[in-house]
Amino acid sequence: MLTVQNLSVSFTQYDTGLTQKQLTVITDLDLHVNAREVVAVVGSSGSGKSLLAHAVLGILPHNAQISGTILFKGEPLTRQRQASLRGKAIALIPQSISYLDPLMPVGRQVHQAARRAGVATTDIRQRVDHTFSRYELASTVKQQYPFQVSGGMARRVLVATAAVGQADLIIADEPTPGLHPDLVAETLNHLRQLASAGKGVILITHDLEAALQVADKVAVFYAGTTLEIAIAEDFVNGNLRHPYTQALWRSLPQNEFIPVPGAQPNPDALPDGCLFSDRCPLVTDACLTERPSLRLVRGAPVRCIHAEG
Amino acid sequence: MNFLIRFTVSKLLHLMLLLAAVAVLTFLLVSVSPIDPIDAYVGAARRVTMTDEQRALIAQRWGLDQPLITRFIRWLGQLLQGNLGESMTYHQSVAAVIATRFQASLWLMALAWLFSGVFGSTLGILAGATAGSWCDRLIRLYAYTLSSAPVFWIALLLLVIFSVNWQITPICCATPPGVLLQDVTLWQRLHHLILPALTLSVIGIGSLALHTREKLVEILQSNYALFARAQGETTTGIVLHHGLRNVALPALTLQFVGLSELFGGSVLTEKVFGYPGLGDATVQAAIRSDVPLLVGIVFFSAIFVFAGNTLADLSYRLIDPRIRIGGIER
Ligand code: SF4
Repeated sequence: MLTVQNLSVSFTQYDTGLTQKQLTVITDLDLHVNAREVVAVVGSSGSGKSLLAHAVLGILPHNAQISGTILFKGEPLTRQRQASLRGKAIALIPQSISYLDPLMPVGRQVHQAARRAGVATTDIRQRVDHTFSRYELASTVKQQYPFQVSGGMARRVLVATAAVGQADLIIADEPTPGLHPDLVAETLNHLRQLASAGKGVILITHDLEAALQVADKVAVFYAGTTLEIAIAEDFVNGNLRHPYTQALWRSLPQNEFIPVPGAQPNPDALPDGCLFSDRCPLVTDACLTERPSLRLVRGAPVRCIHAEG
Repeated sequence: MNFLIRFTVSKLLHLMLLLAAVAVLTFLLVSVSPIDPIDAYVGAARRVTMTDEQRALIAQRWGLDQPLITRFIRWLGQLLQGNLGESMTYHQSVAAVIATRFQASLWLMALAWLFSGVFGSTLGILAGATAGSWCDRLIRLYAYTLSSAPVFWIALLLLVIFSVNWQITPICCATPPGVLLQDVTLWQRLHHLILPALTLSVIGIGSLALHTREKLVEILQSNYALFARAQGETTTGIVLHHGLRNVALPALTLQFVGLSELFGGSVLTEKVFGYPGLGDATVQAAIRSDVPLLVGIVFFSAIFVFAGNTLADLSYRLIDPRIRIGGIER
């Protein structure tokens, strides 16, 4: 359904005075999502995961330049196509209630989402009612303002804004930030159900543990690039290919709970070779000369020259 | 309801404190001012012919020979009974002068308030929605020019263009000359109001437009605007569905707060257009050293400005659901 190849995003910044600076925040990013599939995009903050969502939707700021290919249902996503598809075929689930208008009752906002999704005017009411009961939201919630809606309700309202239309691809941008485990499970469950209903779902998160609860595939993002796209089972089966993915897995509390040493490089000081080279235990001279390209190892794409089949 | 009672009580307390402070200050200022109440009362012609005995007699009758504190208490007593004294300029009670004059000013200020509200917010929304474009720049230039141009200068400019050159508006006053007050039509009144109201509205337009623009730019960069865009909404749609709703409240509040400037501006405007309102009366009272009227106007304007600020406060609390329902203070 969605294929992202070699996506790069950079911003033009004005330094002191009039000198322009190009800040590359995404380099050679790859992702593939099928219908009925939940693909988790996992990375720490600054890995470019939210920008990926914005790039797919075509809502990056004006000073952003994009290169690479984004295909949606086999056809390139041009600016025009993005403008006609966003909200309709591609829907976003935002990360917090601050993405709702503070002065508009939530019922009206779901109503608006339906209108923007292209639901026929005569059907909107019914669709909204249906979506509200589908997510077990009392109809009194419709009249409430965002500040009145409790944390758990807010999650469901945000999911409802995407589910009220008929989008084929749903991008959930960090939908479980600091939530109670029950709420995390509930939200992830909603995403799973959307995928079961035939949609493609991208789950953007920094929480590998949450991602593994629901995802079919996990794309690991690092410093604006994809390091590995592993199948969920690869984690438990010890079938991981990239040193960073392995380290991330080991850092989980139920495993060795050892944090990955070091920090992600800044976008304006990226290493010339492998982006992970300054933290990689397996680094060799060959890693430092050139960016490794994405290649298939044991059936999954990985960006490491030393990953073995 | 509970909230309304608390609000009213606290505001009334504030008002009383304010008026007490105004009373003390006004009294002190008037007593140290060089205005001699007897001279002001008898007028320039009699001043020279009056003997010292006559002067002392008036002073004694008026209690001017008493110490300051006694005079203050006696004056305050009268004030508390609602007696503001007699205006020497209009030979009427101060309360009556203020009442009739304020009626005329009220129309002028209401119209100006409406003009500036409509024009200011429209311009601000246009500029904010097209931020960075030539349209935005033009509106900002216009707004900056308006907010830095003196009112009397704009008044004169409008008079020269519309009343002198094109002769489509009257040159002065609130009603046509030589027509009895009861025969004046509504249209004639409006005709006389239009230029002064336009002039007065200029005070508010600039700041309201700039403020609304700032607010809208902020809204368009908000998370909820980004989400609306992700849902396929156009900039126009975002402005219509989210912009207006979120800009209305700060704009309305600013308009209420602006009432005080409007009051100040009306003095100059009414003077230039010879419009018989409260502002015009203020100038007359000052020229003739009509202390009772001046003091009355000082009190009245304090209450007026206070009312404007209270309305601003109240509008937030009654309209913004975050405060109305949630009781969240900003
Ligand atoms: S390419 Fe080299 S530095 Fe990069 S992850 Fe593989 S082994 Fe480590």
